[in-house]
Amino acid sequence: MNQSDRLSVLKTYKLYLGGAFPRSESGRVYEVTDSKNRWLANAPLASRKDARDAVVAARKAFGGWSGATAYNRGQILYRVAEMLEGRRDQFTAEVAAAEGLSKAKAAAVVEAAVDRWVWYAGWSDKVAQIAGSANPVAGPYFNLSSPEPTGVVAVLAPQDSSFLGLVSVLAPVIVTGNTAVVVAAEDAPLPALSLAEVLATSDLPGGVVNILSGRTAELATPLAAHQDVNAIDLTGAGAELATDLERAAADNLKRVRRPGPADWAADPGTDRLLAFLETKTVWHPMGV
Amino acid sequence: MPITVPAYGKEAAGRLASMADMTADDGALRRFLHGLPGVDAVGLQARAATLGTRSIKTTAKAYAIDLAISMIDLTTLEGADTPGKVRALCAKALLPDPTDRTAPRVAAVCVYPDMVATAKEALGGSGIQVASVATAFPAGRVALPVKLADTRDAVAAGADEIDMVIDRGAFLSGRYMAVFEEIKAVKEACVRAGGTSQSETGGGSAAHLKVIFETGELQTYDNVRRASWLAMLAGADFIKTSTGKVAVNATPPVTLLMLEAVRDFHESTGVQVGVKPAGGIRTTKDAVKYLVMVNETLGERWLTADWFRFGASSLLNDLLMQRQKLSTGRYSGPDYVTVD
Repeated sequence: MNQSDRLSVLKTYKLYLGGAFPRSESGRVYEVTDSKNRWLANAPLASRKDARDAVVAARKAFGGWSGATAYNRGQILYRVAEMLEGRRDQFTAEVAAAEGLSKAKAAAVVEAAVDRWVWYAGWSDKVAQIAGSANPVAGPYFNLSSPEPTGVVAVLAPQDSSFLGLVSVLAPVIVTGNTAVVVAAEDAPLPALSLAEVLATSDLPGGVVNILSGRTAELATPLAAHQDVNAIDLTGAGAELATDLERAAADNLKRVRRPGPADWAADPGTDRLLAFLETKTVWHPMGV
Repeated sequence: MPITVPAYGKEAAGRLASMADMTADDGALRRFLHGLPGVDAVGLQARAATLGTRSIKTTAKAYAIDLAISMIDLTTLEGADTPGKVRALCAKALLPDPTDRTAPRVAAVCVYPDMVATAKEALGGSGIQVASVATAFPAGRVALPVKLADTRDAVAAGADEIDMVIDRGAFLSGRYMAVFEEIKAVKEACVRAGGTSQSETGGGSAAHLKVIFETGELQTYDNVRRASWLAMLAGADFIKTSTGKVAVNATPPVTLLMLEAVRDFHESTGVQVGVKPAGGIRTTKDAVKYLVMVNETLGERWLTADWFRFGASSLLNDLLMQRQKLSTGRYSGPDYVTVD
């Protein structure tokens, strides 16, 4: 059969909630275009109820994910990197279309993203050595501080880097045992929605990562005000929106990471890794 | 249509007596129950599904949430129940949301018979009823004298309502008269010492009787309709879907079917009987669907805690979270309600 005779098989992009791929509860979609304004696909336009459902799924997954051994979490995240590696061509094409990059440059971005995922996966059983400590105290006690995950973290993915940027904000949140509700880049959500397919086939328990596409402001506002979200990463919010969200997040003392200039290609450091941890200190009596 | 009388009122017995020829003997009862029209299963499910699609928002939702809270039989039926847990549950019944005193109280607290005294003491004169399961709940597989003793014991301890289970074995094997007589006997046992079985006020001298069918074990919709009529003819004040102890609990179609049976019974005798779906109702959305069903099938007269109840434990937390969302505009979370 001639190549041109084949009907094109278009992909229906969907949300990723609790390990499933539903359409938006609202039934809405919006048009996603490439950098030259050509139509790429329809992405679901998630509503605040989808955001609420995502938080419920993330909360449900938190116990199991934070309770898993660091070794196990690392293995699962490494598995995600393996799956990403196998889908390099797909992500290269999506990133090239979304960000207007040449194929070679997009391939470099995808490789950097896979490498970054691996780099963060390695941190799972090492973060306690960096963020924890054995504290000298004036008494017959072992005094140990260890990092614990904050809980459910809402992540507003960066608008300027649809894939490398997304991986750079998502991986550090979940590697330490948090669960995440991600709002994908508003104008370029397709790489994020495809990442969901990778996550779903990588032994990552359903609900650990939930991905929403839609208007960042519409989704971020209920997430920032949500009483059951423990932290919010405002990377993808503009300055004005970020101020509003910080105000909304203050009510239940959410941990907030403010947006700032970021060079996604640079060495990420441990900043994002340590931003969503709480310190637990235990006093343990010394045997005499 | 005859004038409406409550099932616990003193006139109800007379109305039931008018149906006496149907319950005169085993053959007559069987002929009557098997003469009831068959249930259109597809139609019933479609009707229940349609009623579940109503959109209830803003002020109507706020009203529905408060109504649902006031209809809850807050339940703890675990082998591991302790007096402390029952007291904690009673405290929650009295003040469901400590951060918002405008939240209504629940209708009743539902416990095992040995916890009735504890619950009664904790609730005092608050007006919240104490319901006790009895008759060897949940299986009901003991001899009649034991069931009656179980019931009398709960009533003596102060229970305002008795939730009995029917003998599903007898019902499924067609011994309808045995089930009928058993319900009548338990109803007699609900009378407090020195009282009569029919009280004028509805509180006072006899505990109200709720009859549990365990619809998950009755196999067919036809059986649910028969069981509903059987229990109402025997004098049930409430009919209740399930114990919450088997895989299939209250479902919208089964509850709708029971509501329709109550409607038909009311139309032919004038006796008003209550309905209580129990088990598996966990979200506000589900609860509102049930309220829509009640309103559409039986009308406003049944939309009070006197005639419709939810048997639930986790439902209350979801209702409270939704209530907080409506009053503050922020989604609430499980950190802001009690852990039961």
